[in-house]
Amino acid sequence: MDDLLSEFLTETAESLDVVDVELVKFEQEPTNSGILDNIFRLVHTIKGTCGFLGLPRLEALAHSAETLMGKYRDGATPTSEGVSLILDTIDRLKEILEQLEQEGSEPEGVDQDLIQQLDAMSALAMKAMNGESVEEPAEAEAPASQELERELKPGEVSLDDLEAAFQNAPGPDDFGAGAPSVDEAPAAVVEPEPPVPAEVPAAVKAPAAKPAAAQKDDAKPKEGGAVKAQTIRVNVETLEQLMTMVSELVLTRNQLLEMVRRLDDSEFKVPLQRLSNVTAELQEGVMKTRMQPIGNAWQKLPRIIRDLSKELDKKINLEMIGAETELDRQVLEQIKDPLTHMVRNSADHGLETTEGRIAAGKSEEGNVTLSAYHEGGHIIIKIADDGQGLPTDKIKAKVIANGIATEAELEEMSENQIHKLIFHAGLSTAEKVTNVSGRGVGMDVVRTNIELIGGTVDLTSVAGEGSTFIIKIPLTLAIVSALIVEASGQKFAIPQLAVLELVKSNANAEHRIEMINDSPVLRLRNKLLPVISMSKLLGNDPVAKILEEGDDGTAAAAAATDQNVFVVVVQVGGQTFGIVVDAVFHTEEIVVKPMSSMLREITMFSGNTILGDGSVILIVDPNGIAQAVAKDHGGAQDSNHVDAAEAADLIGNEEKTALLVFKSGSEDLKAVPLSLVTRLEEVDVANIERSNNRDLVQYRGKLMPLIYIDDHLTHKDEGLQPILVFADETHSMGLVVDEIVDIVEDRLTIEISSEKDGIVGSAVIKGKATEVIDVGYYLPKAFDDWLEKRDIPNPVQRELKLLLVDDSAFFRNLLSPLLASAGYRVTMVESATEALQLKDKGEVFDVIVSDIEMPEMDGITFAGVLKGDNQWGETPIIALSSHTNPEVIARGRAAGFRDYVAKFDREGLIESIRECKPVSENEAAA
Amino acid sequence: MTEASNENKEIGATSEFVTVHIDGQLFGLPIEQVEDVFMPDAITEVPLSNPQVAGVLNLRGRIVTAIDMRKRLGLPPRSDGGTPMAVGIEHQQESYGLIIDRVGEVLRLGRRTFEKNPANLDVRWSSISAGVHRLDGQLLVLLDVERILDITGEKSNAA
Repeated sequence: MDDLLSEFLTETAESLDVVDVELVKFEQEPTNSGILDNIFRLVHTIKGTCGFLGLPRLEALAHSAETLMGKYRDGATPTSEGVSLILDTIDRLKEILEQLEQEGSEPEGVDQDLIQQLDAMSALAMKAMNGESVEEPAEAEAPASQELERELKPGEVSLDDLEAAFQNAPGPDDFGAGAPSVDEAPAAVVEPEPPVPAEVPAAVKAPAAKPAAAQKDDAKPKEGGAVKAQTIRVNVETLEQLMTMVSELVLTRNQLLEMVRRLDDSEFKVPLQRLSNVTAELQEGVMKTRMQPIGNAWQKLPRIIRDLSKELDKKINLEMIGAETELDRQVLEQIKDPLTHMVRNSADHGLETTEGRIAAGKSEEGNVTLSAYHEGGHIIIKIADDGQGLPTDKIKAKVIANGIATEAELEEMSENQIHKLIFHAGLSTAEKVTNVSGRGVGMDVVRTNIELIGGTVDLTSVAGEGSTFIIKIPLTLAIVSALIVEASGQKFAIPQLAVLELVKSNANAEHRIEMINDSPVLRLRNKLLPVISMSKLLGNDPVAKILEEGDDGTAAAAAATDQNVFVVVVQVGGQTFGIVVDAVFHTEEIVVKPMSSMLREITMFSGNTILGDGSVILIVDPNGIAQAVAKDHGGAQDSNHVDAAEAADLIGNEEKTALLVFKSGSEDLKAVPLSLVTRLEEVDVANIERSNNRDLVQYRGKLMPLIYIDDHLTHKDEGLQPILVFADETHSMGLVVDEIVDIVEDRLTIEISSEKDGIVGSAVIKGKATEVIDVGYYLPKAFDDWLEKRDIPNPVQRELKLLLVDDSAFFRNLLSPLLASAGYRVTMVESATEALQLKDKGEVFDVIVSDIEMPEMDGITFAGVLKGDNQWGETPIIALSSHTNPEVIARGRAAGFRDYVAKFDREGLIESIRECKPVSENEAAA
Repeated sequence: MTEASNENKEIGATSEFVTVHIDGQLFGLPIEQVEDVFMPDAITEVPLSNPQVAGVLNLRGRIVTAIDMRKRLGLPPRSDGGTPMAVGIEHQQESYGLIIDRVGEVLRLGRRTFEKNPANLDVRWSSISAGVHRLDGQLLVLLDVERILDITGEKSNAA
């Protein structure tokens, strides 16, 4: 009985899902008899099976629904209410099934409400038809409706006979009347339905029917039916086991290959090659069995949208593209709920009301488009709506109300950054909590769920045009590509998915590990990256001990990193950090096996696997490490989310930098590289004018905009106001400060700031914690407007294309607005390699500005490569460097640099580029 | 509970045990729980795990969690330099290997020679022993596999 029941539960649940989908389709296409037949068939089967199993409630409900469906099939015009009623019935059926599954027996309860409605609807439909059989008793099984559209096969009984059989057996009516005698006899006689394909037999089996083949419905599939191609249902466990076996085979094969590789000439080589190929194909084949079309996760969506549409009184069209895109069933399971939630959100919050849409001049019907496609080893799922877009103002208000960020911080964020805050915990912007969404389960849960399976979620939104959510998830979790590393003499696997890059580090290299208050950090492209030693995490590391216990942090770090170590830069969620390992080997496709239950409590490992050489290796869980990092760094990294990391581009010069230390807005010290400041000025506040919502001051015959560190700040009430002037030859801006404290020369060692945009980070300058201002952030604030004005009076003949090569994001960001404001179209790349890629693509530039000190290929080599190039050989190239040593300059010139400019010398740079211009103009003409 | 299960085994007059030697002491494991006997090779240590877990190893394509029985019993590390052996055990669909000094033979033992754990037995022993068999000239300590594998629950005792 148990097997029978569970088989029934699975099958019925599937059938009901299909009915759901089909009904919605049917409502849109009431004349499509194929769909109707299919629904009818499914409901009928459910009814039949329930009868056999002695499930009176289910049977009675299914029966009434079937009767109504029968009427429609016979020609009555289906009404929306009718379909809704049937859908309600399906829901009730599902509820009962759920309890049945939990308790093993049908729950107590009465369904007279639905049954009466259904019967009334049937009668109505009947009358509406032609009144021909109005006098038919309500509980009649509507014999007219039960004709099969094909010949009966051996072993099958006509539906009418079947109905007669039902009549004789205790039927729904008997149960309805409260007769307790559940006749088990028919159930005992009938074999359980064999686990046939997902399609459901067209006819109900007769009580005496033999199971299996004889009943298998091979009638031609109806148009629009859910009948699928030949499939068999296989227990998931069997598949998992198969997968495991294949994994073993792969591993054994790898072992064999490795052994044979050592032999110079082996007769095994050829057959082994063949074995290898077959194994690979087998692996692929078995992997495929685990793959399911993503459409399976979408099945419920049409229904959800339909219900939403009714409930919210919106017209919604759900389009699903790429439903056949396949992904691992494990991943599929996990993505189901987040997807449903997001689609609901799009329909509920994304789309405007019908009136709203009309008012906005859009079509009455809102569109939600769900699409999926493969990209690399990932599947990309997009959920797009053409609604109102995310309400930036509401998000802002909510963010402030919930204390996630201050108003000033928000001011400094781009719209997209603000939108992304909806993924922040505890932020639901639904004004009123509807039945549909906004029940506290927000987008943060969605994000967490997606990140749990190694995915990411992103969004773009345009006010008035709609929003698009983009989910990127790995295809499978079972086999992953992993980086094999060594720490404390032991090998470990780190899932490649989390790895951003590898950095080699030692005390003398550009990338070296330094200490900030016992926390090791790494300078990487002028950013500071928190790092954690793998060995230390594993609790046995002499090096880490030195790092930890050394009195002089940097010295200890230097001593400790005397030899080469490797830093695996990983990203988990919004957190980026480095894992220090002793050696890095190669990447390998590994089959993830769960840790033994005895070892599962160790969060540092997510599983283990067998490598090609037969050894067992532990798979590091980046999430576990991330937690350890957070703990290790006293939680400082907790708040270090993506935006902050992005904003916190750091300066990391080797030599000392002159810094201007000042105060603004608070007592905290702030600093800015002196070389960026054009002049220090004091202006009389009486001369500050307010125009177009910003403060301006007349400065050297021009109006200069005044910028504040925080937008809520303002200038003094009277007297002289100190300002820092940042200027190029045509325009300038003034940064209002409270007090200029000092000018110091110190080495900049900046710790990541998670606090706000506009602050590069905090540095210890002359023993005091000082915030270093990101001028690159403030310049565009003033220059954006200036650019617009400039375009008119400054008719540049042609926008010159400039290529900026610099590995420091800070300098790129700093220089690009300057160069742009000087009239250049700036393309920025991070490395010489990237620049050469552009060259290969056929890009042409008028001038190249390149940093000298860069990882991989330095500026001198880069210039050397370009010198002999026929494409870019003539393009003038200007070197940017913090070194002003004459010898280096001479080398640069020899390598082909036209000019040599110090990094902070903006005027010099502009001047130098300008000098190059005629050449490029000539070239352009030639 | 263990005694009850043990009794069941003993009622049918005799049961078979695989005997193993650890630090000179004879132990017995119910033969139906022993999958195989193998030489543990290339054990991968699992950092941060209970020290009684020797590590994980590959046994014909299966990942086996190896348990250092000497540590489990609170015995000193082996000093005779002999090749370690392991008894393979399947428990709740997971594979374990109990690392011991030497495998003995298969003994058929009856209820007659069985005794409960003596009251003065070290708790580290009594916690994983199901009783003792009096054999000629020596005593055989019956090991309770289920309790041996209950390592996480005993972490406090472990150290």
